[in-house]
Amino acid sequence: MDLNYSESERAFRDEVRDWLAQNLPAALRDKVKNHKRLSKEDHHLWHEKLRSRGWLCWHWPVEHGGTGWTPVQKHIFEEEMIAAGAPRIIPFGPNMLGPVLIEFGSETHKKTYLPRILNCEDWWCQGYSEPGSGSDLASLKTKAERRGDVYIVNGQKTWTTLGHHADKMFCLVRTDPNADKPQKGISFLLIDMNSPGIEVRPIYTLDGEHEVNEVWLTDVEVPVENLVGVENEGWTYAKYLLTFERTGIAGVGYSKQLLSHLKSLAHRQKEGGQPLAQDPLFAARLAEVEIDLMAMDMFNLRTVSAAGAGKAPSAESSLLKIKGTQIRQRISELLRQAVGPYACPYISEQFDEGYNEPPIGPEDAMPLARQYFNLRKLSIYGGSNEIQKNIVAKTVLGL
Amino acid sequence: MDFNLSEERSLLGASIDRFLQNADSAEKIIKGGDQNLANNAGFWQEAAELGLIEALLPAKAGGLGGEGLDFMLVFELLGKHLVNAPFLSTAILGAMPLWLEDTQKYSALLADVGAGKSRLALAISEAESRYDIHYADTTATLIEGGHYQLSGHKAVVLGASDASHLVVSAKMEGGGADIGLFLVDGSAKGLKLRSYQTIDAQLAADIWLDNVSASCITEKGGAILSQTAAAGALCLSAEAVGLMDVMKDATIEYVKTRKQFGRSIGSFQVIQHRLVDLLMEIEQTRSATMLAAAHLFSPPDIRDKHISAAKNLAGRTGKLVAEETIQLHGGIAMCWETDIAHYAKRLTMIDHYLGDSDYHLKQMMRLSA
Repeated sequence: MDLNYSESERAFRDEVRDWLAQNLPAALRDKVKNHKRLSKEDHHLWHEKLRSRGWLCWHWPVEHGGTGWTPVQKHIFEEEMIAAGAPRIIPFGPNMLGPVLIEFGSETHKKTYLPRILNCEDWWCQGYSEPGSGSDLASLKTKAERRGDVYIVNGQKTWTTLGHHADKMFCLVRTDPNADKPQKGISFLLIDMNSPGIEVRPIYTLDGEHEVNEVWLTDVEVPVENLVGVENEGWTYAKYLLTFERTGIAGVGYSKQLLSHLKSLAHRQKEGGQPLAQDPLFAARLAEVEIDLMAMDMFNLRTVSAAGAGKAPSAESSLLKIKGTQIRQRISELLRQAVGPYACPYISEQFDEGYNEPPIGPEDAMPLARQYFNLRKLSIYGGSNEIQKNIVAKTVLGL
Repeated sequence: MDFNLSEERSLLGASIDRFLQNADSAEKIIKGGDQNLANNAGFWQEAAELGLIEALLPAKAGGLGGEGLDFMLVFELLGKHLVNAPFLSTAILGAMPLWLEDTQKYSALLADVGAGKSRLALAISEAESRYDIHYADTTATLIEGGHYQLSGHKAVVLGASDASHLVVSAKMEGGGADIGLFLVDGSAKGLKLRSYQTIDAQLAADIWLDNVSASCITEKGGAILSQTAAAGALCLSAEAVGLMDVMKDATIEYVKTRKQFGRSIGSFQVIQHRLVDLLMEIEQTRSATMLAAAHLFSPPDIRDKHISAAKNLAGRTGKLVAEETIQLHGGIAMCWETDIAHYAKRLTMIDHYLGDSDYHLKQMMRLSA
């Protein structure tokens, strides 16, 4: 056993770090660090940079234009991206649909869509959740009826992240309403967002922001060749995709970044003139979460390495999702707590590009309450933490 | 022992409840954008006529209440209806130092406050004070005969922007360990305000004082500040209880109607047990708040022990209730359109005013050692 990074892994980290230092535009980095709103153009710019280095679809095997990285390399890449303040890769094409098409797509799908994802030509969104189908995703009702060469799709999807920017959507639809189990009779369709009958409506979240949407589908025609895999077998592909979604959700890199921010704040913040970092109670809170994160880091590496390169992670990834989100939420709570009364002021315009008024209180205080509230989503999305526990109880414990 | 409110208070509570129920719904106003009930002159005037402000002032200050139980009653209802009007900043934090010090001297101003004609605010928090109410870098320099000049910066002052007068804490130049309290005219020269909304839809401001003329309320204000902050912490704890009752009930209703896996999610034991935990912790917080109300005017150490117990529990339970009610609702609770989101924001941020749960835990450690 050797729990240290090998020489080649350390060299890889240096390579990623150097590249980021030279290629991540300072303006973009500052926007991310200051929690400013990112435009579609910002995301495109960054995807384009990664594309030029061949690192946009870093999950994919080499033969499809990916990196073929080991799990440890992937972990290092994610950590360095976050530490550098890079915008996150919008995952729907590169991290989610890509692996599904590589595993289950037709040759035509692979030839048509994979290069377009690799070259940042298509922005994909995810059509999974519905108003009546959240944790119980398999109960989804959006239906697709075959008529000649097309499916006619009717229904409503929700929580569609950045759907207002998307060109295309991968979508779970019900093709056999009479199947004996809800998981059967679901199909996986690729839908052009410019099709007639699609309407995207914004959902404003509790912080007043617009990131997620409702997508309404009324008599949308989808060519039958846009079916991925076999009709009524879509649940298998959906689950395959979700395991990829789940590992990233552990968010160890994000937690490390939040923790280092927390430490910096604790040294700058004062109570009664004394640094907060010297307050034994606050220091204990901080130390406790650092212990959790140190362990989590190793737990994460153990689990992703066990899965092997290019493979879907095992059901243990559910544990990573639960613990990882708990830790990230906890640190976001301590960050909010750390700035005391200065967690309260909230000027929405501050998050726009070009807002130049001086900050109220510490310059990094205002986003912290918003971040805390926003991150409540971590334990809800990607399969709520309750659902992850069901998976572990059933699959790992055999209960 | 008698755990019931007096008939008089019960009647007052019922009429306030009705009034707030029918008033321009606070949720609607918050959801409608950056508005605040404080800006709604009609609401404030009606509230004053109903005696809502006077209920928070004692008879000697021209009011009808002013006891711990009055505070608890009113603020629980303000929480229940998610009212974001400046009752705390005006009637408690701003008014209390005045009537504790000298009811005669400030009777006209206090009468105006009770009648809804004037508003006050208490400026104690500073960039480096955090929750230490006795800490101030703001200085007071004696000019002549009880008149002073104040200079410094005050942080996140609730209700400051439309206050006719500010009560400001400052260290006395050449003075001892105690802290002075001063009355500053809201339009005084040298006073600069930067007003803003808070994430929980309150109105607040940062204030800069540059040789601002002020009259001294007291040169030894430490004890008065402690009493006032204790009352404020009690009010916030009671408000939290009111918010939490609504959030718990809304969540129980939701899990009964939300169906997944072919049955209401409230039929799952894991959901049931978590709601039982909420109920239990809310009742603990309500109990601690009642105790704090009963001890609001007890000797300082006894008072502060009970106040810190209540505010610590309000903070801990508030976090639990906000996080769990969002989690049990799922994504829908993350939407602006959902009431629970706004209740959760207020409940969470209550921990950032007048001492968070850890601050009060430290007070408790000191007082119970």
